[in-house]
Amino acid sequence: MKAFAYVSAPDVATAVRAIATEPRAKFIGGGTNLVDLMREDIERPDTVVDISGIALTGVEELAGGGVRIGAMVRNSHLAAHPLIRSRYPVLAQAILAGASGQLRNMATVGGNILQRTRCPYFYDRAAACNKREPGSGCDAFGGFTRNHAVLGGSESCIAAHPSDMCVALAALDAVVEVESVRGVRRIPLVEFHRLPGATPHVETDIAADELITAVELPALPVATTSRYRKVRDRASYAFALVSVAAALEVQHGTVATVRLALGGVGAKPWRAHEAERLLLGAAPTEESFRRAAAAELAPAVAQPHNAFKIELAERTIVATLAQLLAAGGAA
Amino acid sequence: MTQVENRPRTGTSGPVVGRPIDRVDGVAKTTGAARYSAEYPYADIAHAALVHANVTRARITAVDTAAASAVRGVLAVITHLNAPPMKPARPVNLVNLSTLASGSSVNYLNTDEVHWNGQPVAVVVAETLDAAEEAAALVAVSYEELPATVDFGAQEPHATPQKSTAISSGGATKGDAEAALAAAPVSVDLRFTTPGHHHNALEPHATTAAWDGDRLVVHEGAQNVAWVRDQLAWKFDVPPAGIRVIAPYVGGAFGGKTMIWPGTILTVLAARVTGRPVRMMLTREGVYRAVGGRTPSTQRVALGADADGSMTALIHTSVTQIGRVGGGPEQVTSQSRHLYDAENILVQQNQVTLDALSNTAMRAPGESIGTFALEAAVDELAYELGIDPIELRMRNEPARNPIDGKRFAHRALREAYARGAELFGWSDRTPQPGSMRDGRWLVGMGVASAYHPSWQFQANVTVRLAADGTVLVRCGFHEMGMGGATAQAQIAADALGVPFESVRVEYGDTTLPTGPGAGGSGQTASVAASVVAACEKVQRTVLALATGSKDSPLRGQRLADLRARDGGLYRTDDTRGESYAAILGRAGRVSVDAAVGSDTRLGGIVGQMRFLSKFLLDNRRWVKAASGAQFCEVRVDPDTGEVRVSRWLGVFDVGTVINAKTASSQLRGGIVMGLGMALGEETLVDPRTGRIMNANLSDYHVPVHADVPPIEVHYLDEPDPTMPLGLIGVGEVGITGVAAAVANAVHHATGRRVRDLPITLDKLL
Repeated sequence: MKAFAYVSAPDVATAVRAIATEPRAKFIGGGTNLVDLMREDIERPDTVVDISGIALTGVEELAGGGVRIGAMVRNSHLAAHPLIRSRYPVLAQAILAGASGQLRNMATVGGNILQRTRCPYFYDRAAACNKREPGSGCDAFGGFTRNHAVLGGSESCIAAHPSDMCVALAALDAVVEVESVRGVRRIPLVEFHRLPGATPHVETDIAADELITAVELPALPVATTSRYRKVRDRASYAFALVSVAAALEVQHGTVATVRLALGGVGAKPWRAHEAERLLLGAAPTEESFRRAAAAELAPAVAQPHNAFKIELAERTIVATLAQLLAAGGAA
Repeated sequence: MTQVENRPRTGTSGPVVGRPIDRVDGVAKTTGAARYSAEYPYADIAHAALVHANVTRARITAVDTAAASAVRGVLAVITHLNAPPMKPARPVNLVNLSTLASGSSVNYLNTDEVHWNGQPVAVVVAETLDAAEEAAALVAVSYEELPATVDFGAQEPHATPQKSTAISSGGATKGDAEAALAAAPVSVDLRFTTPGHHHNALEPHATTAAWDGDRLVVHEGAQNVAWVRDQLAWKFDVPPAGIRVIAPYVGGAFGGKTMIWPGTILTVLAARVTGRPVRMMLTREGVYRAVGGRTPSTQRVALGADADGSMTALIHTSVTQIGRVGGGPEQVTSQSRHLYDAENILVQQNQVTLDALSNTAMRAPGESIGTFALEAAVDELAYELGIDPIELRMRNEPARNPIDGKRFAHRALREAYARGAELFGWSDRTPQPGSMRDGRWLVGMGVASAYHPSWQFQANVTVRLAADGTVLVRCGFHEMGMGGATAQAQIAADALGVPFESVRVEYGDTTLPTGPGAGGSGQTASVAASVVAACEKVQRTVLALATGSKDSPLRGQRLADLRARDGGLYRTDDTRGESYAAILGRAGRVSVDAAVGSDTRLGGIVGQMRFLSKFLLDNRRWVKAASGAQFCEVRVDPDTGEVRVSRWLGVFDVGTVINAKTASSQLRGGIVMGLGMALGEETLVDPRTGRIMNANLSDYHVPVHADVPPIEVHYLDEPDPTMPLGLIGVGEVGITGVAAAVANAVHHATGRRVRDLPITLDKLL
């Protein structure tokens, strides 16, 4: 790990001022991803601005039924919060499906949104990686691609976004609030992460001097019947091969409301807009679930080691929707 | 016997062998008082970090150490350009088995050649670990790359047969197995593959080294401290007697700490160069790059049978990998010579040579992956025949060793299956694949045989019986977590008839009498044999002291007529006798001492020859092994193919069980490791570069707690008459058969045969 300067910021104003004057600085919250990346020499900040003491730790109900979550709320705290468990069970389940108890105790909501891919070629400085070194090439092509994206990748990069939490946030229409010395912006989660295109090193919409301060969840009654299903290579402590965040409401024999997002398969947390479009107003049958899933995965581009994810994603979508239906998605 | 995890009674009385006594080092380990190799304090200790090559075959053309040297606190950046010379790897010589222990033939930092992707090409020494790691990342090495052979799959067609030697056999035949297979009314002919695996002991490899002139102290988590000493003495050209290797605690090893790997040598080199005590613990990635792993394999198992299930043909061949710089054949087909009474047998092991680090021992090298292929194939044959898989095994259970007709020292596989089937509820199983469900889950039950040969090595031991009734056993054996000191204390306590608490065992230090390495599941039996012999010597001396006195009730008695109990010797005819304290006190003796084996140079050679001749003689007379029946229940998600092992039960024939608690732990540990092999573990070597791409615990999937079901371990507890105290080692048999039992259960649940490990969900979609 490269030696670095350390600055502790007691509040948002100090933090964003500190980073505005330090072009090679990084915020550190829980550090569960950044410290790994620094130890692996992937991230080499000159300065680390510690924001873990900033009191962005509230989980508050908003007028109208939404919830505002402070960016420094620890993952385990959020997953255990009664507001989240009762109104957005998909989010609590997604968080608990990720990492380990120790990591969730440290990891923050803001940091989780900004975590970087686990592509082994990104992590290995001996390999070519356009994300790590723009223009250097991509050794994942022709290499081990079991954990790589089938949706949203490009010729430059097929790394998958690793977060579980973000998949649930994508399904829930979450909005990310960011702040800098220039002011406050609000970015929908589904627009927060970028597809790699020709610039896979540009991963999000956030500027280098902006700090995530909060995530807001809108009131979403359908989310009380929601579920996160994660499929992975062992029972715990593994990234998703495929995950599905879903919420479903059926009225008068047709799908009245549906939210669907996928993890493990996308270059970013993947909101399944096409599947949602087909499901809305359709009969809640396995057949229509299957058709919607297939349509969502139709643009998928597979590599030799991850072709199975397309069928796995379709099966997992169908099974998850069917379970939601059985669990009371029908009103 | 079923293990009962009760608390030990304080103040044991009566025999303790077999009892589930808490390990003697339990408190030290759970409180952190136990010191591991990287935890020894030295006043002016320096820290080292390795720089690994990131190319496979190459010549180093330049090394830029300027940036690394400029990091504050860096003491030395040692490369092939400035390293002092060391002797090349020692040639192998069977009179001194420590010559087998060179991890590779590369003379690290004394050569500009790179032989595998990950070979250390520099070591940085600094005042702090952080400085050493930061500087190591700044060492810039330039290479001229050379063509390399790294793709195991592509090399398989070029495999060459393993030649047989006095201590390892590459192949064997009985009859004409191919012809019998062709003629068999029912047969299977199958190809299996298993990937490479890597070591992930809780404690990564660590060394602390301190020179004083030509004298050296090394703290090294090792499976053979004497081998570390001898190898280092050779490399650094100093007398072995001046080197002390200390390893009372080893945080797991599983075969990975048997050889002397570059991290050890380069820590000692770093200490030599800097004149400071130096500590280095490999990073987790470093363990993958600089310590060998289990070879990948391809295997063919072909079985032919009559309609009644009698096997007429058994063919098992394998291809495994060795490194061009070291490693050796793995006995993948070993169990196939012993498990089934086939009329015709053909076994043959083959190798390919790659530009890779040496393969090395990893829990049951050979049998762990060999039993997967054989036992999965037997299950397939059972389905072809329409015979229950246990019944098929029983119909082919041999009375004598199938390949050559030798006698079994001990064999109780029939009893193991009978007991296991009853305890597991095998009769509840409906044989049709996919026929059992639990809600949405598909349920499957599978079995497989466990098999591992039993070994016994030379062990030098001293036993001291003190006048106060305490006993000191000294032997340089190894405690990697299996409970060796506890077991040997139990053995000595019973042999001398003293309370367990009176016995102290010293181990893990080259200043002690040379013990066996911890390997081949042979350590407990090897040390036990010498402890029992030494205790008998002690008793003879004590008896001589007693019979020398006219006051002793033991006067005129022979040892055979006496029983050691209650801290003394007592007649079996009329219970008269005396305590050791009384006898030694009357004779004015502080202690009585006995030794088995000698650590003089001549004694060492004599011991080695004695071991080899006993090994060869035993091999001629008997087939000795641990065995067992593994029962597995799985649940498979029909939508996603996820496999969850829901229940495990193993019944083991491991002879006398010395400590039912530590033995169960070891067997359970083997089963857990087998679950890793079955479902997750796979070293990913990029076939383009020869580079391991999942050198971490995130991407290399060992089982987590949620993957491990309740595991029931049972013993038959019948002594093996040819082994000391009737005991057979338990270190490795637990992992054997596990992957096959899982694969067979998965087939029963889903109807799918997965013959390529690991059984990941994509193979079941």
